[in-house]
Amino acid sequence: MQFMLLFSRQGKLRLQKWYVPLSDKEKKKITRELVQTVLARKPKMCSFLEWRDLKIVYKRYASLYFCCAIEDQDNELITLEIIHRYVELLDKYFGSVCELDIIFNFEKAYFILDEFLLGGEAQETSKKNVLKAIEQADLLQEVSTEVYYHHCKATAIGVHHRVFGLSL
Amino acid sequence: MALKIVKGSIDRMFDKNLQDLVRGIRNHKEDEAKYISTCIDEIKQELKQDNIAVKANAVCKLTYLQMLGYDVSWAAFNIVEVMSSSKFTYKRIGYLAASQCFHEGTDVIMLTTNQIRKDLSSPHQYDTGVALTGLSCFVTPDLARDLANDIMTLMSHTKPYIRKKAVLIMYKVFLKYPESLRPAFPRLKEKLEDPDPGVQSAAVNVICELARRNPKNYLSLAPLFFKLMTSSTNNWVLIKIIKLFGALTPLEPRLGKKLIEPLTNLIHSTSAMSLLYECVNTVIAVLISLSSGMPNHSASIQLCVQKLRILIEDSDQNLKYLGLLAMSKILKTHPKSVQSHKDLILQCLDDKDESIRLRALDLLYGMVSKKNLMEIVKKLMLHVDKAEGTTYRDELLTKIIDICSQSNYQYITNFEWYISILVELTRLEGTRHGHLIASQMLDVAIRVKAIRGFAVAQMATLLDNAHLLTGNTQRNGICEVLYAAAWICGEFSEHLEDPMQTLEAMLRPKVATLPGHIQAVYVQNAAKLFATVLRKHEGETDSHAAQETSQLLIDRLPLFVQSANLEVQERASCILQLVKYIQKLQQKKVEVAEEVTALFAGELNPVAPKAQKKVPVPEGLDLDAWINKPPSESESEDEKPKAVFAKEEPKHSRSRHTEVDEKELARRREARKREQANNPFYIKASPSSQKVYDAPGVEHIPVVQIDLSVPLKVPGMPMSDQYLKLEEERRQKEKAERKKEKKKKREKRGKERKADSGPESEEDIAPAHQVDIVTEEMPENALPSDDDDKDPNDPHKALDIDLDKYPTVHWFPVQKSSKHKKKKQKKEKEEKEKKKKKRHHHHHHHSNAGGEDSVQNGTVEEEEPLPPMSNYFLLAENSYIKMVYDIQGNHQDESKVVVSVIFENKSDSFLKSMEFNVLDSLNSKLQRPEGAGAHDSLTVPFQLPPGISNEAHFVFSVQSIVMPQKLKGTLTFIVKSDESSTHEKLDFKLHFTCTSYLITTPCYLYDAYAKLLESGDLKGSSLRLEGINMPFHHLLARICFHHHFSVVERIDSCASMYSRSIQGHHVCLLVKTSDQTVSIDAKCDEPSLLGNVLDEIKQTFSKC
Repeated sequence: MQFMLLFSRQGKLRLQKWYVPLSDKEKKKITRELVQTVLARKPKMCSFLEWRDLKIVYKRYASLYFCCAIEDQDNELITLEIIHRYVELLDKYFGSVCELDIIFNFEKAYFILDEFLLGGEAQETSKKNVLKAIEQADLLQEVSTEVYYHHCKATAIGVHHRVFGLSL
Repeated sequence: MALKIVKGSIDRMFDKNLQDLVRGIRNHKEDEAKYISTCIDEIKQELKQDNIAVKANAVCKLTYLQMLGYDVSWAAFNIVEVMSSSKFTYKRIGYLAASQCFHEGTDVIMLTTNQIRKDLSSPHQYDTGVALTGLSCFVTPDLARDLANDIMTLMSHTKPYIRKKAVLIMYKVFLKYPESLRPAFPRLKEKLEDPDPGVQSAAVNVICELARRNPKNYLSLAPLFFKLMTSSTNNWVLIKIIKLFGALTPLEPRLGKKLIEPLTNLIHSTSAMSLLYECVNTVIAVLISLSSGMPNHSASIQLCVQKLRILIEDSDQNLKYLGLLAMSKILKTHPKSVQSHKDLILQCLDDKDESIRLRALDLLYGMVSKKNLMEIVKKLMLHVDKAEGTTYRDELLTKIIDICSQSNYQYITNFEWYISILVELTRLEGTRHGHLIASQMLDVAIRVKAIRGFAVAQMATLLDNAHLLTGNTQRNGICEVLYAAAWICGEFSEHLEDPMQTLEAMLRPKVATLPGHIQAVYVQNAAKLFATVLRKHEGETDSHAAQETSQLLIDRLPLFVQSANLEVQERASCILQLVKYIQKLQQKKVEVAEEVTALFAGELNPVAPKAQKKVPVPEGLDLDAWINKPPSESESEDEKPKAVFAKEEPKHSRSRHTEVDEKELARRREARKREQANNPFYIKASPSSQKVYDAPGVEHIPVVQIDLSVPLKVPGMPMSDQYLKLEEERRQKEKAERKKEKKKKREKRGKERKADSGPESEEDIAPAHQVDIVTEEMPENALPSDDDDKDPNDPHKALDIDLDKYPTVHWFPVQKSSKHKKKKQKKEKEEKEKKKKKRHHHHHHHSNAGGEDSVQNGTVEEEEPLPPMSNYFLLAENSYIKMVYDIQGNHQDESKVVVSVIFENKSDSFLKSMEFNVLDSLNSKLQRPEGAGAHDSLTVPFQLPPGISNEAHFVFSVQSIVMPQKLKGTLTFIVKSDESSTHEKLDFKLHFTCTSYLITTPCYLYDAYAKLLESGDLKGSSLRLEGINMPFHHLLARICFHHHFSVVERIDSCASMYSRSIQGHHVCLLVKTSDQTVSIDAKCDEPSLLGNVLDEIKQTFSKC
């Protein structure tokens, strides 16, 4: 996998992970181009498109688009599975995840992704192991930040309804 | 309430945390940029504080802002600070920020090496984990080189959590530092059988990625992977392995045969679509590679096609799409199997998903035959009519043209039909592909001679109805076809029925609204038509008609003479004068037709697109050389700013340039402007096309607006559908006739066989009329095709390493420090680097010792720390400058050595214009740049401020290496202080020792070493050193370091050592020590080289 982008229906970038070295300028250009392309697609269209010499696999969950770029020989279906697996992980970790969880705790979303994928390859296929690693790492964090983190989650989630259904 | 307390306590610590920032941004939707700039100011303040928590918070916020697209590269150093925090909370944030913000160009990455190394070896697995994760995102070639060892060690960590990360990151390390692949590979292979499934899957991942790029080096792993494939139940791993086999089979067809069975089993049994899809893809790849040798795999192909049909019929758009995608792969080798599913694919053209329709179109391209082309194109034409959205319609259009024109119009039996299809396509409004249709029209009309009459008639109708094409929109791409139409009518005007009418159509005032390049073609071809008309009427008693034509041109052409387009104007005025002259001749009753026709005589042949490229360059012709001397810029009238010139001009002309000062330039510019203003023919920048019509003299020309709201179904124009019917009838008839003929033949033969003729095959369909497709011209003696598309910058290319071969280089060589590092620390660094090099030796020997027990390395035991050593010897010194030097052999080139000289400025003045020169001997020569004379000096590529040192490298070529040699040389330089500058020089003698021709070459197999000694090819010699009181391992280290040897084996106080010269001589030493006496027995295939090396060793030890 070359990179993964999460963006909202409005085209706002929520998370980006690049597994190939690119300059900031190029990253921005790619992001802009891809967000536009994907958002322009109709809802009933398939999840794959060819873009430059890459294949783009994307899926929409509620208001968020998860979008991965893979190489020519890579398997599209397993990439969809990776996206889904990541969504499941987010869901388990945050407890019915919504877009706001990812906005306000974007570093956590990255930590989870980093436990799941490394250098663009799946490093752990067991959901349980990923979550265990994250929980243990979290335990090492200072208590004060933990308290604060839970507080934020409470306020953020309290106000906004959950929109992140996991229907497939 | 509780929240407030918590928040309050945190506020004391953080001014604003990430959540506040996010909330703030959401609340300032109108003035986001302004809000963020104040936030960045706050962050800058926070970063100045000493509290690491505050810093980490700031960095966390920056990471968020980076995602929003703000530049945070200025905070790179702060990120490193946070990374170095001992608290996991902050370290985690630091590494996250680094992985998001750092890239290869980030210079602070250099500073992180030691911190990362420390974190990698941390006792806490999560510290190691974040370091590995972060590193995977920002690893640079330098980091990869320096940390490769540490990561390799982690591959054998006790915790699988670390092991799997270390294994995965190795792939990134290989990409950045290919030299690490060979030493790391054995351990990586080991991990394929790791007890932890996660580690195993990681190893499979990495090896698969490696093998996909350079499969041939991994063929030997096939049995192991085969075992894994048949035993594993993890779909993720299976998919990778199957993909790997897909890459291997083209190289080893036997493997393919073996694979078919387990793969078909998986296809039958698995319920996971992703695995099924991977299997189908690999089976296809296998069958493609087998197709030459083993044609009998129709069952497997059938199975694949069947499964794909199921996918395509599925309601899931994704499966449908992938099914079509895989189908197109089968199509290439087994078109028959796919063609039977034509119905299904045509059905997909109706799908609501455009991407699926496009896939189906791709498939159709490969499915056409002579038999079904017309039918398929008819279906596509229907879709063109229905299609909403111009992109898809344009795609259909290009596909129709692609399908018809593929492989030199192979499948077209009736070109009249094709021309009418093209004409029908011109009805498309707003298409971008007018030029495509136009070029097809031109191509067909030029290359298919038989069709010209028909084509000309069609094009004449098009020209006559041009107003329908140009329509209302100005920027209508379809008007491009008029370009083709006008050219075809002009060029092949002898086929026109009524050239006069066409000529009239081409000179209508409305033509002036067409784009310039089309008008130009109109004007030029009007002249051709004029010639045709003249010839037609020549010889008639009544010359009225011919004169009328001339008058028509004289009346209409002035419109074009006024055109804003230069080419239209030029051609029109040329032709206008010509016609006026002809008219004069006509009035004198002179026959002119033949001469006018001669203007356009001769046939234009089509030229192959690549013809120009294939013209061989004649011998002795240098295309890059100047024909005349390049124009000197002082004559140039260009208005370019001065600075540009100063940069671009070569040095020698710079002095001339300075003569033209700024004032002079301004004066000239002013004069030129005045001149332009007075010049009526000077066209000022960007004239709008509108101006043309406003200009006086154009207004009074009547513009006839013909606005017909009927579609372009021109009466008498044949429709492609009719052709379809006609064609069917024709084929029926032909078939019948052929049957008759066959019958006759058979009757003649006497009823030998009585078989009914089967369905008509491809070859049976005869073209409607004999078509002579003119082939494209190629130049004589065209060069063979040289399309090498391989990208030389592909990072995977460097990983093409034959891993089965026994390694010759067994550790990670440490590169010499790169030049861009700070000059001040240069020398210290040099020293450090040397030491580091030493450490690397240790480390590697150490890590390899586990694998090969026979190797006992003298330098492993850290009995006493080694004294610092330097290989740099004094070259020369005076009160201004000191030079030290080192000579190293070159691995790649057996006749070259590199002399590294460190220049140190000892004075208080600036040293510049340093020139290094050496008096060459017959044996050794300084390599000078091309074109330099044999005695020219080389400019040292830097200047030295006071107290600074820097290093330069000089390459020497040597012939014989058996004798040491001294070369005399001189360094000249300018000493520049505030008051004065003086020219100084310093003589030196460069000593090429025999040692400098030796290259450290490790020899790990003691057996090989023993064999070499036993072979008897080597001559012996020996040396005794008295009064050496240093530990044995110091002694060995000195020999290794100063004389480029490596230890093969050490047993107590006895060691065997090995080295190799740049020309491949083997040098073996057996070093023994007892009671301050060291005896060295040596063997080498070149006795004089050996003698000199031993002398040099003796000298080394006599110094201490």
